[in-house]
Amino acid sequence: MTNGIGTRDERWQIQIRGLRKSFGSQQVLRGVDLDFERGKTNIVIGGSGQGKSVLMKHLMGLLQPDSGHIYVDGEDIVGLDEVAIAKVQRKFGMVFQYAALFDSLNVVENIAFPLIERYRLPRSEILERVRDLLRRLDLDNVPGVEEKFPAELSGGMRKRVGLARALVDRPQILLYDEPTTGLDPIATKNVDEMIRRTADDFGVTSVVISHDMASTFRIGDRVAMLYDGTIIACGTPAELLAAPDPRLREFVEPSGAVKFEALS
Amino acid sequence: MSDTAPTQPSSGAQEFSPAHVGRLAGRLFGPLLGAVAIFGQHMLLLVRAFTWLFRRPFRMRLFLEQMEFIGVGSLPIIMLVGFFSGAVTALQGITALAMFDQQRWVGYAVGVSLARELAPVFTALMITARAGSAMATELGSMRITEQIDALTTFAVNPVHYLVTPRVVASILMLPVMTMVFNALGLLGGYVISILVYQIDLGQVLELFRHWVDPVDYVQGLIKAVIFGIAMALAACYQGFNVRGGAKEVGRATTAAVVSSSVSVLILDYFLIEIMNVIWPSHGM
Repeated sequence: MTNGIGTRDERWQIQIRGLRKSFGSQQVLRGVDLDFERGKTNIVIGGSGQGKSVLMKHLMGLLQPDSGHIYVDGEDIVGLDEVAIAKVQRKFGMVFQYAALFDSLNVVENIAFPLIERYRLPRSEILERVRDLLRRLDLDNVPGVEEKFPAELSGGMRKRVGLARALVDRPQILLYDEPTTGLDPIATKNVDEMIRRTADDFGVTSVVISHDMASTFRIGDRVAMLYDGTIIACGTPAELLAAPDPRLREFVEPSGAVKFEALS
Repeated sequence: MSDTAPTQPSSGAQEFSPAHVGRLAGRLFGPLLGAVAIFGQHMLLLVRAFTWLFRRPFRMRLFLEQMEFIGVGSLPIIMLVGFFSGAVTALQGITALAMFDQQRWVGYAVGVSLARELAPVFTALMITARAGSAMATELGSMRITEQIDALTTFAVNPVHYLVTPRVVASILMLPVMTMVFNALGLLGGYVISILVYQIDLGQVLELFRHWVDPVDYVQGLIKAVIFGIAMALAACYQGFNVRGGAKEVGRATTAAVVSSSVSVLILDYFLIEIMNVIWPSHGM
């Protein structure tokens, strides 16, 4: 685990070491050590208010920790200036819980937003990249979808447009913030499939923040549990089930998603 | 209520320790300090909005969109209110002036009240109601649906993208709308005094031309600029700082309209005082 800090590591794309963050007197992260594997689906589970979102915001440099380090491809992103952070942010795409599409822009403008803000590309190239994504995410079979505004889209479509926007700048890492919250079981399954397929088709490293146990064990290559500001369990789903932490059990069991056979 | 201090067993005696004084001061000045802090946060937002104005990229489209919304969008209501304000002022003016048989002064009365007071203040209040409330709602819902967070993930500063265009558009469009209000107000005054009350147009025009000064309009336009800043800041500040859900967006909208309207009226008073110093002959 200690190999490769400070240099690009072939297996681990993101390495978090001793991350601490407080807001006022409230300690949210109390020394998080966690690695995310390149090209895999990494899931962080935990109850509400355990610091999952705060951890995610640190990954994109939206929050600065009180102490600790975050290495992305071996580069420590803590304490970088605005310009350097913006460069690191280009490696990331973020898929928000409720898509967070811009109400005032149509589908094409929403998806093209990162390209327009970051580069000076010819209009035709932007449009080409947007249309390519619409095709690959099965959004092009809806008539007139390009000109539609977010309010005219269904929840599932909004999610896919949000994914397209996150993918348009060809990120290496995709962050999903509770992607299945508030969805019915069928929609949840579709989103799970979407995450898996995206990981395979686009070859990205996925980091998913979730409290949906069924999804987690269905799509996760690696699962970590954040509890009270620290990581209490980390490994493949099989490893986690083989030696369950009582706190993990307490969290996972009520959902009925997985069974701990070894336990009475 | 919470005065049960456990460190003071002898509760009978009336003592004034520094702690008492501190608590009393806190109770007296607490709300005042809160108000000062909020004022400071508004000013900070204003400074940030202006700093970003000079940084790339310049998104012309956003500025034009806001100018269209604040200006063109408010045109019908401003014209309507302007016309009737002028008409009402003329009507009241004629009633008062008739006591001295001096109705020909109505042109001056309407012109100067519009230029200095009615046009800038009513324009600011109408645009607050129409555009200020919409700004607070829009930014508030963008906040709760994480659109503002999404901006930052694309390395776009939300103040640069959202607040600066709104503040600048308000500063530019409020004076324009104030002049529209003035023009329609004069038309309203004309309809009442010349067409309805048949006052001699030559005399009215002559007195208007002679006594209404360009400085009156300059004063009105300076007010309009400052009201524009106050309106946009109140709306953006409230919208930007929404936390929670849809209910909070509604609360923020109400707060934006109330604080903008109140600050327009309070600022109006202080601006008159300041302008009376700058243009003493123009005071009273």
